[in-house]
This record gives sequence, C-alpha cells and structure tokens, in this order.
Amino acid sequence: MRKMVFKRILSCRVNVSVVYSPASHREFSHYSLSLSLQLSYTVSRAADMDLQCLIGMKFNDFVLMATDMSQLQRIMVQKSDDDKMYQLSSHLVMAVAGEAGDTTQFAEYIAKNIQLYKMRNGYELSPSAAVHFTRHTLATHLRSREPYTVNLLMGGYDPKTDAAELFYMDFLGASVPVNFYGFGYGGMFTLSITDREYRPDMTEDEAYELMKKCISEVKRRFIVNLPKFRVRLISKDGLKDLPVIVAEGEAA
Amino acid sequence: MARRYDSKTTIFSPEGRLYQVEYAMEAIGHAGTCLGILANDGIVLAAERRNTNKLLDDVFLSDKIYKIDEDMACCVAGITSDANVLTNELRAIAQRHTLQFGEPIPCEQLIMRLCDIKQAYTQTGGKRPFGVSILYMGWDNRHGYQLYQSDPSGNYSGWKATCIGNSSAAAVSILKQEYKVGETDLHEALLLALKVMSKTLDMTKLNAEKLELATLVRKDGHTEIIVKPCGRGAEADQGARGAGGGGRSFQAGQVHSQYKQA
Repeated sequence: MRKMVFKRILSCRVNVSVVYSPASHREFSHYSLSLSLQLSYTVSRAADMDLQCLIGMKFNDFVLMATDMSQLQRIMVQKSDDDKMYQLSSHLVMAVAGEAGDTTQFAEYIAKNIQLYKMRNGYELSPSAAVHFTRHTLATHLRSREPYTVNLLMGGYDPKTDAAELFYMDFLGASVPVNFYGFGYGGMFTLSITDREYRPDMTEDEAYELMKKCISEVKRRFIVNLPKFRVRLISKDGLKDLPVIVAEGEAA
Repeated sequence: MARRYDSKTTIFSPEGRLYQVEYAMEAIGHAGTCLGILANDGIVLAAERRNTNKLLDDVFLSDKIYKIDEDMACCVAGITSDANVLTNELRAIAQRHTLQFGEPIPCEQLIMRLCDIKQAYTQTGGKRPFGVSILYMGWDNRHGYQLYQSDPSGNYSGWKATCIGNSSAAAVSILKQEYKVGETDLHEALLLALKVMSKTLDMTKLNAEKLELATLVRKDGHTEIIVKPCGRGAEADQGARGAGGGGRSFQAGQVHSQYKQA
C-alpha cells in the first residue's frame, strides 16, 4: 500500500524543500496533511541512495572495492570525480552511499572515532570490531530523531588473522559478512555476473577484469549514467588505488 | 596539625602528600592477602579468606575472587563493600565494550577505565577513595596472559608475579627469589602460590577454608576460568573422595590433585 502511495506522489511531485523530516521513513503514526509531502521527501531520499553504486568483492587475500564517481543532485550530475570511499584505518575502507550530507558526516564520525581508539590504546581496532562499532552507531541513530540514511560496504584486511573481510551494511543497521555485493540499482546488474564468475581464489588481475565486466554491464543496462568508477584494493600491504574504470559498451 | 589536611581527599599536605589516599593504601596493608602468578600456560590467583565462621551460610562461591568477563577475573583486597561497587563497574565496562565492538575488552583497557574512576575519587571534593586494591588476571589476543594490580590512588601496573594485602612485602620477596621468569608452568605456579601463602599467612597450618584459588587457562580457543570452591563445599568434596585423611590440613601436592578434579 505504501508503495502505491509512493508511485502516485512520484508522478505529481511538488517542491518539498521546506519539509524537513529526518525520521519520516519510519513514522507511520503521523497522519497529517503533511504526510504526502513527508513521503515524497522520503522518496527523493531513497532515490538518491539507489542511484549511487557501490561494489565490493572479497577474495582469499584481498578485497576489491569500486564506487561510482558521480555526485548526483536530483536530476543533475554535480561532479564526476567524487570519492565515496573513506579510509578508516590502515587496513579498512568504507564505501558510503546515501543522502549527500549524511554520507560525509557519518563516514567522518566513524573514521575519527576509529582514529581516537588507535590514539588511546596504541593499536587499531580489528576490521570486525570496527564494523561492529559502525553498525552499533548506525542502529543507535536509527532509533533517534536523527537517523543517518546511508548504505555501506566495509572492506578490510585483518593482519592479525591474515583474512580479508567484506561487510554489507544498510541504513537499517543490518550487517552481513559477504563475499561480494553491489548496492543501488547498479548493484542489481552486477550481482548476476558475480554470481556466475566469482571465485574466491581469483588473482588481482582477474578480479579487476571481473569488476570491469560488472561496470560495463551497469553502463549497458542502467538508465542512469554512471560512467566512471574509482577502484581500490585492500590487502595485507594496506590500501592501493587501482586505475579508474571508465565503462565501455552501450545500451543493447 | 596534620589533621587539618586529613578531612578532604583533594587537599595536599604541606609535604605534598594526599593523606586519605595513603590511609586507604594502609588499610589494604591489613586486608587479606591476594597473590597472583603468571605462568606460561595460564595464571593463578590465590586469596586469603578471613571470616571463616562455620555458622556463615555459603551464599557465594567465593568472597574475594570475581569473574569479570569471558577472559578476565579479579581478586580484591580491602573493604568488601567498596570492592563490590568496583567489580560491578568492571563488569559493566566490559559488557559496554562488548556491546559496542562485538569482542571482549582488552585487559589493559578495562583496568585503565576502572583506574580512571578510582583516580577521580582522589581528586573530586568530598569523596573518599575506594579502599580497594585489585589483582586482575586476564587473557587477550594481543598480549596473551596478563596479570595487573591497581591501588586506591588509581595507579596500575603489570606483573609476572605479585601480591597485595597483609604481609605482601614478605610475599613479594619470596616470589622474587622463587619465581623463574619464563620457565613456570601452571602446576609450578600453583605450588608456588601455596608455598608463598603458607609461609606468609601467620598460622601454623594452611587449610582449605582459609584459601581461595582460581586459575585461568586457554583451551580450544576459549578461556577457562575455574574458581575453586572453598569452605564447606570444598570440605564435602574432599570428604566424598576420602582425600585429606579426615583432617582439613594438607600438603601442597594434594591441593593440586584435588583442585584438578574440582
């Protein structure tokens, strides 16, 4: 029923810049005149989030992450060299998609807290502990007046256990360890390719080629223009920038 | 004259001392002895038990040794009611960390947090410091087996073997002579603990009622903390197996064999 309301509002959307309701996507009890405006605000939020694309793949001894480089504002591309990845510690990277302000605010809050932990204790949080902390923070804010609308992929390498790790986390605070995942509509096109071709023992070159294939598919099938992806690799040596992937191929 | 500087913990005496904190430490000097020994394959805590009244009901397994977390236990010397407050706090700190990070708190971090609280009570006006020294034994994946000690001033330090409470100086000097750094296993540590306890406690015979023991070892990827039941429970245990020959005094070796079965 909620979806139907969304559709109707989408088709006759009005300017709702004056309505600010951060918790609107969870408030069903607040039936008032502003309900439709609130909902359309939610729709615009959710849409922003789904247009962005985050891809992560975990292999035996490294993690490959790619994020699109387009900064979107409603129907416009504001910037085409955006970086949606944040380095949290020497072996941990967080890719963030969501509401424009929320992404930066949340990522920086987590990054600084992880740095603070390192300063206080003289050693870094393990990737799994950092992920747990991030999830806890997200889940705590979700149940407050100021939830963060961000989806995350967290990729890292634990030097202590010699294991690569990749975690899915959505704005509702669900955290799942995964081998690969793609967020947003773009991610939907990539999942079928990774389902078929992913092997945990792939080399760095093979993994990069697989990532290229996924991004080409996004270019070919997705209605939104996401031409460039920033690619990073996390291994026992830390973080490494790989060449930007510019998608090839056209709509079929 | 000195009394002028006793009333508040926050005030330095003309010699630059904090009397209340020193008195608190003095109080601990009269408390039951607590001993900790680090071994290569585990840790031992031993504590002297003072109030052994046969009319006292065995509500608690142990008076002085508390489990704090999956991987940690501690042994307290000083005012028991103060110690209860601090052990509660320790457990809460440990659980808060687990809630936030999904893994047990590293030993030193927990002690640091507690010592911050202890220190605050030496500085904030109108408050009395906690009259408790604590020995902590723990394991974490960064530094392995660890033994720490903290005092009412909020200082803490790490040890291979140490002792707090009554006649701790004598105990430490025995430990200095007898402890073999890096070559002690858990069995030897237990024997050493009993030896030191029997030498320093001013009683002719050491018996099960007067002693509490706990060990911490890692087994198959998890920590095993065993607190030896003492008092009547231990007696019944002993009686059932016919060990100890009816009397409650025993040799160090016997304690260990009985301990292993417990």
